[in-house]
Amino acid sequence: MATSRKSPTGTPGRRVALDGILVALAMIFSYMETFIPFNFGVPGIKLGLANLVVLLGLTFLPAVDVLLISLVRILLSSLLFGNVMSLWYSLAGGLLSFAAMYLLSRRDDISLIGMSMTGGVLHNVGQVITAAIVVRTLQLAGYLPVLLVAGLVTGAIIGTLAKLLMPRVQKALQSFQ
Amino acid sequence: MKKKDFLIAAAVLLLAGILALVFRFAGGDPGGSVQVKVDGRVAGTYALVEEQRVPFDTKYGHNTLVIEGGKAHIEDADCPDHYCEQQGEISKTGETLVCLPHKLVAEVITGEASDVDVVAK
Repeated sequence: MATSRKSPTGTPGRRVALDGILVALAMIFSYMETFIPFNFGVPGIKLGLANLVVLLGLTFLPAVDVLLISLVRILLSSLLFGNVMSLWYSLAGGLLSFAAMYLLSRRDDISLIGMSMTGGVLHNVGQVITAAIVVRTLQLAGYLPVLLVAGLVTGAIIGTLAKLLMPRVQKALQSFQ
Repeated sequence: MKKKDFLIAAAVLLLAGILALVFRFAGGDPGGSVQVKVDGRVAGTYALVEEQRVPFDTKYGHNTLVIEGGKAHIEDADCPDHYCEQQGEISKTGETLVCLPHKLVAEVITGEASDVDVVAK
């Protein structure tokens, strides 16, 4: 995915504005998601729509901006739609998947779908680890097989969506400049 | 999708398959009792042969462990999500019921129940 990451943001003002818009977009995705039932037999599995912003962000924006957008999104949507505990779960999942997707975004032999699948899987792994720490029980590892496959499936869906959206986002960014 | 994408997918599926097999063979024997932990500390162990209802009132909230017909499940939880009630019944070693908001985990173990029941406070 290592496309040239020339800053599409121009002046600092534009950069802040664009990042703010993307935080808002990611938050709307987080909120929309609460209406989409996605039952995998294990509670709490989500589609990961907000990851669309991270995936496409990593293609067009400096990684720092994407990380900040992601962190602010997690903080705000946990406060608005979740609770203190959901903040920790989201943070663990979000940071782990961001790290992996950032590393993969610098490679040419991995597409958005591969990035997204890895992100989805690691997001779930991060959440299981957090849950295991919360209840201090390693037995939660029993949920890993289902969660790994779930992350793969949701990641593939989001990655495909991101791929479809990419040309449009590219166009929109050009008009933003 | 590129070649390496499929490699990632295959690796994850393989890992999931191996883990599923490992967990399947690690547990699976009919268990003797259910051990309940709150906050990582053992709050009590209850024999599966005994029909019983054990209420847990902790600082996190209320759950009732119900043992009927050699199987255990959770009722009357006042957690926000009620996932613990939806997890169904457990009876084989290694199987767990988890109530994350209340930090409560019930796990089937091989051993017999201890004589003294400790009710979590």
